[in-house]
Amino acid sequence: MSTGRVWKYGDDVNTDVIFPGRYTYTLMPPEEMAKHALEDLDPDFATSVRAGDVIVAGKNFGCGSSREQAAACLRAAGVRAVVAKSFARIYFRNAINLGLAVLQCDEAVEALASGDEAEIEFAAGTITSGGRIFKFFPLPESVIGIVQAGGLIEYTKNKLKGVRS
Amino acid sequence: MGYTFSEKILGRKAGRKVQAGEVVTIAPDYCLSHDNSAAIIGEFKKIGVPRVKAPEKIVIVLDHIVPAADEKYAQNHKTIREFVRDQDLSHFFDIQHGVCHQVFCEAGFALPGTVIVGSDSHTTTYGAFGAFAAGIGRTEAASIWATDEIWLRVPETLRVDFRGAFQEGVYAKDAVLKLIGDQGVDRANYEAIEFGGPSAGDFSISSRMTLANMAAEMGAKNGYFLPDELTVAWVKARTLKEFEVIASDTDAVYESVLSYDLSSLEPQIACPHTVDNVKPVVEVQGRPVHQVLIGTCTNGRPEDLEIAARILKGRKIHPSTRVLILPASREAYLESLRKGTIETLSEAGCVILNPGCGPCLGAHQGLLAAGETVVSTSNRNFRGRMGHRDSEIFLASPATAAASALEGKITDPRTRS
Repeated sequence: MSTGRVWKYGDDVNTDVIFPGRYTYTLMPPEEMAKHALEDLDPDFATSVRAGDVIVAGKNFGCGSSREQAAACLRAAGVRAVVAKSFARIYFRNAINLGLAVLQCDEAVEALASGDEAEIEFAAGTITSGGRIFKFFPLPESVIGIVQAGGLIEYTKNKLKGVRS
Repeated sequence: MGYTFSEKILGRKAGRKVQAGEVVTIAPDYCLSHDNSAAIIGEFKKIGVPRVKAPEKIVIVLDHIVPAADEKYAQNHKTIREFVRDQDLSHFFDIQHGVCHQVFCEAGFALPGTVIVGSDSHTTTYGAFGAFAAGIGRTEAASIWATDEIWLRVPETLRVDFRGAFQEGVYAKDAVLKLIGDQGVDRANYEAIEFGGPSAGDFSISSRMTLANMAAEMGAKNGYFLPDELTVAWVKARTLKEFEVIASDTDAVYESVLSYDLSSLEPQIACPHTVDNVKPVVEVQGRPVHQVLIGTCTNGRPEDLEIAARILKGRKIHPSTRVLILPASREAYLESLRKGTIETLSEAGCVILNPGCGPCLGAHQGLLAAGETVVSTSNRNFRGRMGHRDSEIFLASPATAAASALEGKITDPRTRS
């Protein structure tokens, strides 16, 4: 279970505005990436975001470049999940594999506004806000496991340890 | 209610019936990577297992910067060769073979009814043979090496039906550019594109590969052609492995069905800087062209080079234009050499490059300066991809590219064929 504030954005939020190209070829630690999260979309985001917050956006979130930092910076900023009408395919995979939950739910996107409190229950596949409950297609256990482990490399390490022990 | 190809094949792999939207964890049949194997090796080492789980499923083709253009790339290649040796990987193709997507098919890995993942976005190409083939990230390629598993969301399917026959001078590349131009670069995001209709079987294997390759440019996870006699003959000539054709049910549920009449199509060109900025060639005709690239995994097969050679035969390219020929593979190169195609192109003044990716992604072998324009038969025209950010990339068929090379300006091939 996870509760956080909603940050609401529109359609086609591209990877350049999530994590600007001018930083992509500089190796930087996650906490440094977090300082540039959504820099070219919402300059207030990086300074005000709190752990557990939720980004809500329209269609095709994460379109454009395949840069993994566009998912890594949001996770480092403490974002619990991105709820959108749809995700660009490579962004969707990168997000899961780097430990960022990405949830598709049209109804929640229509209903939620910036500043709303939202609670996400992954196993039940629900987003609850102000007494309203929205269902998203529940991620299967294996995929939730990747997000909860903090990404695919950690998940794979844990899984292989489990197999061996 | 029936199932689509993608639902059926992923369901079979998962051991249960699945529908679009579900997520399955499966063991793929093959995992492809190229020069980025060096980065994958780095991630694999973080996982901490000494050996890859299924060495027989790993296919590595060095193609992106071949031969190595500098010491850094040379070190990458060396790291990969050492890993291949240490892990006893038998499906390794060093720099002489060509672009991974062409080599993978020629070596008999792209089989009907298989699931293939690759850490390259144009892995969709193998859908031309009725495989389920999708691009993945580097991190997940490393995880597959360690576990022989990957999670995949079962895609919805967009069906694209073709009817009618092309007019003279119009080709599969024009059809797929028209499709992307009409529908937009995100129209098939996370979906499968199934190419069908009465004319789908008329496309050559080479043309099917062009269409499936470009499916990635509409955001698609995979492209698909129903294998037919042509496919089976092509594949059987290259492998003794068993395979099974999997087809969509006749009552399968599609997200949408689009229909295109090929007979009314004219030559198309994607203008800078997005693949869906497509216009009929006649609308941009006359624009000066500094470089022409004919080849790549999109249009570098013998059939493509022959189309260009027919237009250039006995003529010289325009003095203010340089032409690069980039065969998709050594097999494509040799066949074109034996048929005299390479000779014709060389006589016309073209530079014949070794098979590989180089100029298509702006890695080496002919980059563009500021203010220069290229007509390329490749698949992407993003700003700066083939050189300076102030250069311009137009994507077109081999015929349009060759006609433009003769005139030194963008030219409708119907005036030169």
